[in-house]
Amino acid sequence: MSAAAKKPAPLEAVAGAFLARYEARAEPDAARAQAADLFRTGGLPGPREEPWHYTTLRPLADAVFDTPHTDASDLLARLPGIAAPRLVFVQGRFCPGFSVLPAGITVRTGAPAWGTLARPALEKLVALNSMLAEDGADIEVADGVDGGTLVLASLASGGAFHPRHAIRLGRSARLTLIEVNLGTGTYLNNPVFSVSVAEDAILTHLRQQTEAPDAFHLSTLYAEIAARGTYDGFLLTLGARLARMEVHARLAGEKAVAHLNAAQLLGGSQHADFTTVVTHDAPATTSRQTVKNVLTGRARGVFQGKIQVSRIAQKTDGYQMNQALLLSAEAEIDSKPQLEIYADDVKCSHGATVGELDADQLFYLRSRGVPEAEARSILVRAFLDEALDPIAHEGAREAMEGMIAAWWDGQTGVQGGAA
Amino acid sequence: MLEIKGLTACVEDKEILKGIDLVVPDGQVHAIMGPNGSGKSTLSYVLSGREGYTVTGGSATFDGQDLLTLEPEQRAAAGLFLAFQYPVELPGVNNANFLRTALNAIRRARGEAELDAVQFLKLARAAIKRLSMADDMLKRQVNVGFSGGEKKRNEVLQMGILRPRLAILDETDSGLDIDALKIVADGVNALRGPEFSALVITHYQRLLDYIVPDRVHVLAKGRIVRSGGPELALELEATGYAAVIAEAA
Repeated sequence: MSAAAKKPAPLEAVAGAFLARYEARAEPDAARAQAADLFRTGGLPGPREEPWHYTTLRPLADAVFDTPHTDASDLLARLPGIAAPRLVFVQGRFCPGFSVLPAGITVRTGAPAWGTLARPALEKLVALNSMLAEDGADIEVADGVDGGTLVLASLASGGAFHPRHAIRLGRSARLTLIEVNLGTGTYLNNPVFSVSVAEDAILTHLRQQTEAPDAFHLSTLYAEIAARGTYDGFLLTLGARLARMEVHARLAGEKAVAHLNAAQLLGGSQHADFTTVVTHDAPATTSRQTVKNVLTGRARGVFQGKIQVSRIAQKTDGYQMNQALLLSAEAEIDSKPQLEIYADDVKCSHGATVGELDADQLFYLRSRGVPEAEARSILVRAFLDEALDPIAHEGAREAMEGMIAAWWDGQTGVQGGAA
Repeated sequence: MLEIKGLTACVEDKEILKGIDLVVPDGQVHAIMGPNGSGKSTLSYVLSGREGYTVTGGSATFDGQDLLTLEPEQRAAAGLFLAFQYPVELPGVNNANFLRTALNAIRRARGEAELDAVQFLKLARAAIKRLSMADDMLKRQVNVGFSGGEKKRNEVLQMGILRPRLAILDETDSGLDIDALKIVADGVNALRGPEFSALVITHYQRLLDYIVPDRVHVLAKGRIVRSGGPELALELEATGYAAVIAEAA
């Protein structure tokens, strides 16, 4: 008994292993040393911290990360067929052989792209990332340039890695960034993004989290949007046994806009957490969040959305909606909206709904000859429509629709097999 | 041919249908009239297989096939169509996709080739034109934001595209103005022929001016209390249900 009591708590052991890895590094580095100090003191986030009330990293303690395969070409073949340049990372390391460099965009790789927005002192996973980051993409679209479409892919088959990416759009610049995360086996992907959108620029960020079923995906994204700029984000979560996607968006200039839409489709014992903090820090700024969850099996979905409106941010327009479709008795959704408003002339609304498939709608479709499984699939797709429909990039939207359909076929296969 | 014998059914342990006997031969249109609460809608739901309705006795066959053991989609594939009293809204489902999915599901079940998008659109546009509906009907989400009349016309559009062999129209006339009523009636009449039969459920005689039935049945308290020719509808209109039901009792 006393021996057990002396053993470190499971998550402390995990943190200790990360620290040991840092300490085994050869070269000293001031930035990393600072992060390591933070991580040494703070460790991994735990259940006593309010933002981690619904999500525990405890399963990390039991995970044994696989040794990565030497050849990742099978994973490369699983990238969606989108005709665009691509930056491919394998276990967090840039892979030039798999990549097609874009024209008209400045890209640097080979070292972490630290960016300017990350807060390792506040977000413990960011301290971890800062301590161990090895590589990343530094993407810059110059003033007035339309950078077109760029794919940023993470392929993995093992290990724990901490990519560090920075994306900067100059004034009136444009970019559609399609982020793909996929892999096989057990691994941890812990990326951090620093995203700056200058005046009148528009960044469309379409994120596909289709990690392996045993993988862990913990990502933190910071975005700062200048006057009349737009960060248009959509996240599709299908993968990983445990995922936390955290976004901190600051609307820093007048009339800046942020869209943080998401669709989380989870089955089995998957757990996925989408946590957002939107800070309205300038007048007449707009934020929109439509989050849709489809949950089966014993899956658990979490959405925490905080909207902060500072005193100067008059005429703020904030909207947040979290909807869940629970397709099994054991599935669970936790929804936590938070509004902190210090301005007096604002329009902010939030809502949440939880339901099952509508029996009348199901009967209506079946009475028209549509078999039950197909009718369910149609209604699930319809439920997601509000989040998927605004995706303007047709190739990306079709790819995501395909993944959703395949996910659904997989789920109904599981259900059919159990019956 | 639809053959219903001694059909009894419950909703939440309350017996609503108390022994229905009814035969609708191919090529005929029969009307079922009756006061509110007589079991008209229950009959339509039992025949189309809605959950929550328990058949406790009797039988219903369509061309000799036992309807009551089939799933709703199998009944549709067999040729049954229910025009809903309250058509259901399907937000996020495009009307054209809905119609094509339904048509192809039925064609598949019947062993017929599916229609591609081009073939389907041609067929759908022709059906829309026949029903004097707006072209954008196909682009809209199913029944979302439709007026009452548009919803009913959409039901008739579906019927025109799916071409059932037996249609049950559950108070399709409710909420329709006279122009819409004529359009709906034209849609039904266009399908009439030796291969088509219909059960027209209605509260009012008015619809039967436009869809002239071969037979009229009066449903009261879960039983058919009287049957007759089209003139029975006129009699009901003139004297009211109470008199006809009292006379039958």
